[in-house]
Amino acid sequence: MADSHDIGLIAHLMRRAGFGASREELEMRAAKGYNATLEELLHPEENEAADQNVLLRYQPASLLPGGQPPMGNVNWMFHLVNTKRHLEEKMTLFWHHVFATGNSKVDNYDQLLEQIEMFRDKGMGNYRELLVALAKNPAMIYWLDNQENHKRAVNENWGRELLELFSMGQGNYTEKDVREASRAFTGWGIAAKIPRLPYGRFPWEFEYNAEDHDETEKEFLGHTGNFNGEDIIDIVVQQPACATFICRHLYSFFVADEPQVPSWKITPPQDPQLMAAMTRSFRESSFEMRAVLRTLFTSDSFKNARFNKIKSPAELVVSTLRMVGGADIPFPHYGEEIAMQPTYMGQDLLNPPSVEGWHTGKEWINSGSLMSRINFTAQMVGDASKPGVRFIINRVKARGTLQPEQFVDTALDLMGPLEVDEATRQELLIHAQEGGDLTWENNAVSEQRVAQLLQLIVATREYQFN
Amino acid sequence: MAKDPVLVVLQLSGGNDYMNTVIPYSNSLYWENRPVVNIAEDKVIPLDDKVGFNPSMAPLKKYYDEGKMALIHGVGYADSPRSHFRSMDIWHTCEPNIVGTEGWLGRALREFDPNKENVVTGVSFGPSMFRAMSLPGVPVACVSGSLETYGMLPGIQGDQRLKVLERFKNAYASSVGLGPVMDYLGTTGIDSLAGADILKVAPSKYSSTVTYPASKVAQKLKGVAQVHLADLGTRIFYLDHGSFDTHASQLGEHAKLWQEVSQGVDAFFSDLREHNAADNVLLVMFTEFGRRVHDNGSGTDHGAGGVAFAIGDAVKGGQYSEFPSMKLQDLSQGDLVPNHDFRGFYTTILEDWLKLDAKPLVNGSFEKLSFVRN
Repeated sequence: MADSHDIGLIAHLMRRAGFGASREELEMRAAKGYNATLEELLHPEENEAADQNVLLRYQPASLLPGGQPPMGNVNWMFHLVNTKRHLEEKMTLFWHHVFATGNSKVDNYDQLLEQIEMFRDKGMGNYRELLVALAKNPAMIYWLDNQENHKRAVNENWGRELLELFSMGQGNYTEKDVREASRAFTGWGIAAKIPRLPYGRFPWEFEYNAEDHDETEKEFLGHTGNFNGEDIIDIVVQQPACATFICRHLYSFFVADEPQVPSWKITPPQDPQLMAAMTRSFRESSFEMRAVLRTLFTSDSFKNARFNKIKSPAELVVSTLRMVGGADIPFPHYGEEIAMQPTYMGQDLLNPPSVEGWHTGKEWINSGSLMSRINFTAQMVGDASKPGVRFIINRVKARGTLQPEQFVDTALDLMGPLEVDEATRQELLIHAQEGGDLTWENNAVSEQRVAQLLQLIVATREYQFN
Repeated sequence: MAKDPVLVVLQLSGGNDYMNTVIPYSNSLYWENRPVVNIAEDKVIPLDDKVGFNPSMAPLKKYYDEGKMALIHGVGYADSPRSHFRSMDIWHTCEPNIVGTEGWLGRALREFDPNKENVVTGVSFGPSMFRAMSLPGVPVACVSGSLETYGMLPGIQGDQRLKVLERFKNAYASSVGLGPVMDYLGTTGIDSLAGADILKVAPSKYSSTVTYPASKVAQKLKGVAQVHLADLGTRIFYLDHGSFDTHASQLGEHAKLWQEVSQGVDAFFSDLREHNAADNVLLVMFTEFGRRVHDNGSGTDHGAGGVAFAIGDAVKGGQYSEFPSMKLQDLSQGDLVPNHDFRGFYTTILEDWLKLDAKPLVNGSFEKLSFVRN
């Protein structure tokens, strides 16, 4: 049985249910214990969200960023790094992975940020409500062309992806079901279509055009009736395939990598026991995400799953920033350097490559992305002026003179605690030995030694794991 | 000494609309099926009395006229799933029935360099690695940003640098009992360290009078040219452009994409020709599927059969295979039925250009075409 005050376990929870935390915060949470921390994560309303007004003082353009990067990315990065509602923001990222909507087509970061805000608001609530909100979300409607889905000219893009990618997965419906679902969503469009030129961008909003809605009978997944969009969603959420699909996504995102979605109809889940418990929570709670998340995070499978997942670029960047600090207080040009980092590592937030989102897990890593990951994180931890780095340096310093072995183990502990393979530890040790015992006779040199060891630690393979 | 043949694959991601790329402008069924999303007949660049290029492809017409550009009609495979990822996976792995993990070009790279003697035998220019290139144990240098800033731990300089990189290399080399993902990270780290050392010389050796357009695809092609001209032994380059997923407002978007591709490819070949380095390069373009025959009033939905291209000095220009029938009774769920299997297209490239045995690389025997000069 894991010790609920074990800082390693708390660090694991915070990495997965959030984006890591500074050493200071981890120690505070370890004192509170695992379950109290989890309940706080599940009920974020008592904690502060990031205050966007503070950001806007320095980056007013990030409120309505238009069609070009990076201001949309700056806005989301500010929330990712600053919110005290860790799990709420993590679930926002989760839904962005699943309901992948991209600027490459939407060409409108204003509306994409509004979609992200909707995920923030509803992402830990009821899945049925979330799907209805998604079906009415202007960025999604535009992304999957539902404004072009007419009574007399059906466009099946949204109807298909709703079934294939957002709720059940291939193999659980027929081509006819796609057609019928699409018909049920005819007339679900967006309003305020003031021409962009010469007036500029106007916010979009959902508009139901009853005249353009197909009022005839539909046959969908064995049900017959004059269905509208919400009826389709009601039928979908009742399908066993839907519970399995959503829970498998959650498992893959929070516990351990599953194969990519197209394999799911062939490859069974790796942890059928936890999947069964999660789908049961999903059904019994009538689709409450919070209930499923509680089942997930209290399971032994989760607690034992430390460092088995490759960090996504967003996780790597945000957790490193949270550890080193200094990205919390806006300043002129805030975010311009950090906001596009996930993009350089293969995860262009607000602009996934397609509606099927990103290939995750091991596929985050290739020779190019690995180099970007190492170079960015090394640059961050090598900066001894950052508060989180200072905190670690001061902790190391407080232990007085350290032999190389103690120096390495202290640094690994303060950065996680991180677990590394013995061969990796040996290399870190050889590096530390080259400088001899860590004394503080020359303060600047010793601080430099600590910072350089931290750089070598984030360059390890082990640091790539969550 | 004869130069080794080099392949450049340009992936048109998102599902390029075949019917508005190579337009069957004299066929009345085109006009019936495309009441809105059509290219006016007087804008089409005719290739013969049946089909013509999209007007945005004007920069490519001269390659066609020179007999250096082939287009392959009706490329695809049976039972298109009409899903981007799935379809792209099939193209990448040649596995239409199961989810494959080995890329066809990853296998080709293993044939070229079985002992991993050159980690830049394959170079990929993309935001992330293309599955077509991926095969466990086969290194691919993946350039995600610009070539100029490519390098490991650039912040550590001076006499410390070599020592730190030595520690890095040793730490990544250990592989005893760490599992496949750690192993994969280990080889990737070591290969990327080696690849960076090699590739970073390319931009410094490069000079050209050709100016590439600012588009992403043109800049990637410039990177391909820089590495090719640096003569580093790279045999396969891979890059992409998109998104061709034009469900709505297709006409403007599709024209812009093809303009970027055509201008970029033209700059690329002009650059190579200027350096007398075009003769051993074959550039091919493909997309995961074509789009539905009938438009949806604003764009086109996911379809099946598409068009592929091959450009280069070794190409026997012209048209191969046939434009699939657009007659209603010949369509499958409203889509063109492919009449040339994409694995046949690959087989031609692998056997006639790269001189490899294609069968184990594409999982079977498929009909070849004759668009490569022998």
